[in-house]
Amino acid sequence: MSLIELENIVKVYKFGEFEIRVLDNITVKIEKGEFVCIMGPSGSGKSTFMNIIGCLDTPTSGKYYLDGVDVSTFSLDQLAEIRNKKIGFVFQQFNLLPRATALENVELPLIYAGISAKKRKELALHILSKVGLSDRANHYPRQLSGGQQQRVAIARALVNSPSIILADEPTGNLDSKSSLEIMEIFKKLNEEQGFTTIIVTHEPDIAAFGKRQIRFLDGKIVCDSKVCPVDEKL
Amino acid sequence: MISITSIINIALRALRANAMRSFLAILGIIIGVGAVVTMIAIGSGASEKISKQISSIGSNLILVLPGATTQGGIRMGHGTQQTLTMADAEAIGRECSAVMAVAPAITGTAQVVFGNQNWATAIIGTTPEMVTVREWELLWGRFINEQDVRSGTKVAVIGQTVAEKLFGEVDPLGKIIRIKKIPFEVIGVLDKKGQSLTGQDQDDIIYVPITTAQRTLFGQTLPGRVRLIYVKASSLESIPQATEQIRTLLRQRHRIGPNQEDDFTVMDLTQMLKAAEESTKTMSILLGAIASVSLLVGGIGIMNIMLVSVTERTREIGIRMAVGAKPKDIRMQFLIESVFLTTIGGVFGLLLGIGASLAVSSLMDWPVSISLFSAIIAFGFSAFVGVFFGFYPAYKASNLNPIEALRYE
Ligand SMILES: Nc1ncnc2c1ncn2[C@@H]1O[C@H](COP(=O)(O)OP(=O)(O)O)[C@@H](O)[C@H]1O
Ligand SMILES: [Mg+2]
Repeated sequence: MSLIELENIVKVYKFGEFEIRVLDNITVKIEKGEFVCIMGPSGSGKSTFMNIIGCLDTPTSGKYYLDGVDVSTFSLDQLAEIRNKKIGFVFQQFNLLPRATALENVELPLIYAGISAKKRKELALHILSKVGLSDRANHYPRQLSGGQQQRVAIARALVNSPSIILADEPTGNLDSKSSLEIMEIFKKLNEEQGFTTIIVTHEPDIAAFGKRQIRFLDGKIVCDSKVCPVDEKL
Repeated sequence: MISITSIINIALRALRANAMRSFLAILGIIIGVGAVVTMIAIGSGASEKISKQISSIGSNLILVLPGATTQGGIRMGHGTQQTLTMADAEAIGRECSAVMAVAPAITGTAQVVFGNQNWATAIIGTTPEMVTVREWELLWGRFINEQDVRSGTKVAVIGQTVAEKLFGEVDPLGKIIRIKKIPFEVIGVLDKKGQSLTGQDQDDIIYVPITTAQRTLFGQTLPGRVRLIYVKASSLESIPQATEQIRTLLRQRHRIGPNQEDDFTVMDLTQMLKAAEESTKTMSILLGAIASVSLLVGGIGIMNIMLVSVTERTREIGIRMAVGAKPKDIRMQFLIESVFLTTIGGVFGLLLGIGASLAVSSLMDWPVSISLFSAIIAFGFSAFVGVFFGFYPAYKASNLNPIEALRYE
């Protein structure tokens, strides 16, 4: 049994009579502990794919088995619980709460997990130290660099010990030095602690971190292998 | 399950971040609750005043006055002003089963002197039953007794105002006062009753035996005639029966034919006051209802602020959902924010209401009464307004699609 199994996943957006198939019959399996990089041109359906895996979105049709459980029929509350317990999301825009400190941002998933304030602080501080931000715990996002903000976001994704880390263009807003630092963190987490990691990226040198690459085009998977050839058209 | 303290913390933080806006939203509730509390205080103050008057005149009191009543009110009757007699009073006491006590009275005003102090006051000649009928308490000494009435002794029972004006700090008991230059011994001092319905000071009074009043003080009065008769019915329910019995009896005694008008008037004071009490109650409900409109407007203000807040914080909502907030967690967060706003408004509104009531009371000399009831109303109402007007914005927030919320700029 794979950790993630997608079967004939279709996502359609309708505009009156006109419809677009953002995901067109996607079938894919991802095993526990894999490090996957998702590539493809803009609009090819990468984010939609990630959102469905992350239970932020639901497919129009098809089955999604997470840990062997069919979550495509789950209610909003059940999906929220999965996002809280099994998924850690990292976004291109960091998506930190501007009026909360780094520590409070990291605590956020634990609040919704119903963990006590004392335990929350303990856990959050521990994770912050792992991403090298112990001394920035009481800083607000605006007082942090882009790379530091993204590290806070990674800490937030990790804090509730999820089984999957999903990062949608996590380096898209960072300079190349910070990008590599962030990728090193993902790599280390994957190698040392076995977090299943899926990262969307445009950049070939970032994609090179992946041990498996999946390339999307027009809602379809056009390549799924150890290394996908760089598409000349892009 | 997310803990309630966490949700409250989140809500408080959000309110603090927008302090000015939160304050303005609260202001609407403060004014609304303040208005409701003030109006209830004014209204119930008025009805309490009337209730007090009811108990101060004596419960179940019926007045029998000489002269007929027409639809326009009381008109003095046929030639002679004084159609009621001592014998009428005795007959009412003897023959009307629904009557508990009867006290005839002769009234007048006179100058009263003690030492170098003098004071003009109401002098009432009456019988011992007056204490029962009017429910007077004696502070010191005793009231007029049967013996005083029989022998026409020159004794006086004085009200608080008279005691104050004539005696000041001196103990009035056993002292001799002069009413129309005739010496009277003070045998008792009445307890305070305060103002009557018409604003008269009920304590500015001296009671003397009715016989003494007839013979010595108001000599021109026809013998046996009385100015009015105070009657106490045996219960509130028996007032109509007592009234009817008195009318029938007096018509008989005065030999009034079937087509003739009464030459007396039976007034049911309790009933009149009850009616007045009812109408002030209605008025206070009406005032409260009008004031509630401002609370409603305040509630709409809260809803407006909450809707703005939800829109502004769309992205925050998306983030919270992405890390595992359930729709009900989001709904709770916004509901608590709005209830918090309105309850704060409720507390300060209550204070404002109390302040305004006291101001009205001292500036306009209007009795106000702030009760626990109105405090509870203020609280309950403001919390209710918070839930009611916070629900839609909170529902809207919880219904957001996480992906769209995250994409919101
Ligand atoms: N809520 C939506 N309504 C309509 N179309 C959408 C919506 N979300 C995404 N799309 C469309 O789906 C397609 C794929 O989007 P996305 O998955 O974000 O692509 P990528 O991340 O690969 O750039 C795009 O053409 C986009 O316009
Ligand atoms: Mg995308």
